[in-house]
Amino acid sequence: MNSSPRDALILGGNRLPFARANGPYAGISNQDLLTAALDGLIARYGLQGARLGEVAGGAVLKLAGDLNLTRESALGTPLDPRTPAIDLSKACATGLEAVVHVSNRIRLGQIDSAIAAGVDSTSDAPIEVSARLRRILHRASAARSTADRLKALAAIRPADLAPVPPRNGEPRTGLSMGEHMALTAAQWGITREAQDELALASHQHLAASYDAGFHDDLVTGYRGLSRDQNLRADSTLEKLAGLKPVFGVKSPQVAEPTMTAGNSTPLTDGASAVLLGSAEFAAERGLTPLARVIDARSAAVDFVHGDEGLLMAPAYAVPELLDANGLTLQDLDVYEIHEAFAATVLATLKAWESEEFCRERLGRDGALGAIDRTKLNPLGSSLAAGHPFAATGGRIIASLAKHLHARHVETGTVQRGLVSICAAAGQGTVALIESVA
Amino acid sequence: MTDGYTRFVRSAPGRTIAKQLGLPRPSRLLRREDRPEPVLGPVVVLGRSAGADAITSLLLAEGVDVRRRFDELRTVGSVVAVLDEVAAPAELGEILLPLAGAMRSLAPGARVVSLSRPATGEDPARDAARGGVEGWLRSLAHEMRGGGTANGVQVADGVPLDAPSVLGALRFLLSARSAYVDGQILTVDGAEGSAPADRSRPFAERTVLVTGAARGIGAAIARTLAADGARLVLLDVPGAGTELARLANELRAVPVQLDVTSAGAGERLVAQLRERGLVLDGVVLNAGITRDKMFANMTPDRWDSVLAVNITSQITLMEALIAAGDALGPQPRVVSLASTSGIAGNAGQTNYATSKAGVMAFVAALAERLRELGGTANAVAPGFIETEMTARMPPLNRELARRVSSLRQGGLPVDVAEAIAFLASDEAGGIHGQTLRVCGQNIVGR
Repeated sequence: MNSSPRDALILGGNRLPFARANGPYAGISNQDLLTAALDGLIARYGLQGARLGEVAGGAVLKLAGDLNLTRESALGTPLDPRTPAIDLSKACATGLEAVVHVSNRIRLGQIDSAIAAGVDSTSDAPIEVSARLRRILHRASAARSTADRLKALAAIRPADLAPVPPRNGEPRTGLSMGEHMALTAAQWGITREAQDELALASHQHLAASYDAGFHDDLVTGYRGLSRDQNLRADSTLEKLAGLKPVFGVKSPQVAEPTMTAGNSTPLTDGASAVLLGSAEFAAERGLTPLARVIDARSAAVDFVHGDEGLLMAPAYAVPELLDANGLTLQDLDVYEIHEAFAATVLATLKAWESEEFCRERLGRDGALGAIDRTKLNPLGSSLAAGHPFAATGGRIIASLAKHLHARHVETGTVQRGLVSICAAAGQGTVALIESVA
Repeated sequence: MTDGYTRFVRSAPGRTIAKQLGLPRPSRLLRREDRPEPVLGPVVVLGRSAGADAITSLLLAEGVDVRRRFDELRTVGSVVAVLDEVAAPAELGEILLPLAGAMRSLAPGARVVSLSRPATGEDPARDAARGGVEGWLRSLAHEMRGGGTANGVQVADGVPLDAPSVLGALRFLLSARSAYVDGQILTVDGAEGSAPADRSRPFAERTVLVTGAARGIGAAIARTLAADGARLVLLDVPGAGTELARLANELRAVPVQLDVTSAGAGERLVAQLRERGLVLDGVVLNAGITRDKMFANMTPDRWDSVLAVNITSQITLMEALIAAGDALGPQPRVVSLASTSGIAGNAGQTNYATSKAGVMAFVAALAERLRELGGTANAVAPGFIETEMTARMPPLNRELARRVSSLRQGGLPVDVAEAIAFLASDEAGGIHGQTLRVCGQNIVGR
């Protein structure tokens, strides 16, 4: 284990039930969603008036005016207004990066307590004006005379007025994330059945954990929603098998498209927040530490030139993280691998099982090997819960910490959990946490 | 929260028009913040019994301007009619008639409170006098003007007039906290209870659970109890979790997201209380819903959901809290929400009225059980209260519902909260199984 100046402890979390895009949270801003998630966390842990070390958070789909989204959200809560805040952004890894950021600061003794948060609303995604219209408007605004201004504005053509919605694709390849994943899935030979089975398990695990009351102190209801809207407790393999493939259907490299709306994550709205602190902070506040943040790594792959699949960065980051901490893949008790697509999880696992991949790509002696699949996403993951981009890291960290703590109390042994999140632009962030009891 | 009609008749032209047409002219009710003094003076105590003397001394000791006659008083703030020793109806006039000449001298928001004893079936003439008090009181309440109210306290034989709950009820009815309680008679049947150490914070060191707390009357109950110093556990359905969390943040309370109708809800609540080391001194069973439909169109889902939330959940929650053994404090106070619909009935509300009438019978039975533990159970029956729920009523029905009370207006959530706070207080330990109406003397029902 890495020796660290002191522990960064995960003390609890709160999130909103995740809603499907244009559903119950339609028309609600990122700031409102994040404020709501923070309010619930503050109420749960009695943080009214508390001056914390930092609130770190962010959103992926962010309006230009939201430059201080996290600070503005925190100011709307009963936290002491002297609590500093920072906005972070790294696509789908934003939430986990926020956890890593504040835990590093706690470990270094820069701060004693923090909230790591994330929010996204695909229902309120920014819509911009075209680059040409923007340049014309700037030119008109800089003009000194009315005549010059009119001259500048006269350059506007009807086509310039069309709004520009957020880009649903990689800027350097033009392919959407789903199309990229379809290529990787085909390359690794991930079957439709395996993907549907993983999706079904996600729904079943999440439904079971809700029924067991596991989320009672992790989720605060919002706008009449008390469970994740995407959760289908009654889903079956037959229903999933009936869905039409949506990604890879036009791609010549994909012989048989396998990715459907059932085994891909839907667009979602939601927010999450995690409370972290030092042992002293926890004791002062009478809070029970659940887990400590051990270490984290990030990696990136060259998907632009086709060297590696877009969402495969975690396959590289995890072995590095394990090596740094003297662990093998099988030393872990729980694996939380973010289900961007069922195929993402399966391709990653398959890569670790592949002698060829591990020798040639990772430069190791042999494969990392297979994992015990009963330890994979035991509480359900993004396929069932949904995936409001920046909120996913917080969802995973809070529920995993609670789960590891409960298992530690039950078994009397330290429980280790791995969190792996892939992100747009060929990036990935992974983290290791360990139970405290 | 004043309705449009009331605002209109308080304007200069509105006042003239309403006066000429004989339309109702609701007065502004003075509430806690409008009238902070506990007793509006001067107070005239009527009656010549030992009880009347005792009440006079107690009020004097608190520095209130107390008189025994109306002579020369240009305005009268409060009147306490002590009728505990009347033996025949003929004796009532002697005590009450002096007030007749002073009715026009009553100040806006004046209070008339009678103290009497219940009929017992032992002495026909005495019972006739005791029973008569109710008729006089309820009629007088109809005649009160300027937002004034008339209410009574009926004290069981054997309970002294200076028992904590008698004085507590008297103080409550004299105060601005009872602004929307009118024409009601509250029975005190025990000498239990104790006056609070600090009258400005009667709930200091007390923990109270409020169900259905996220909004409306529940939120008003939480705010009122918090202002009175209570530590609160606020419960509501998970879907209202964020509203609940925000109220909990405002009041520094403990939020509990729980569907009270779910299986094992009581046990889950007990587990959460234990986890946080909380013991409840008070329980306010406020969670309630309406699913109105004429009975001819009543469906099982509308019927079942209303009964499940409004009454069955109260039964199972209290069973779990009592069975736990460590969830309730030594003198638990339970206050449940009934409704005037449960007393008088209301077309379109067979399901709701069934549940609310059930609540009244339930608290009476629960009171017997809790009495053994030193506790009490009572209910409050709101009449027309201005809430999100009543704002959805058809406009004409809503307007009618407002005007058919003696106070000619709807009450506010805080009015219900104040009555609940009184019944949940240490002082109210001698009040068992009662239902107190907070309805501005609505014409429906008793």
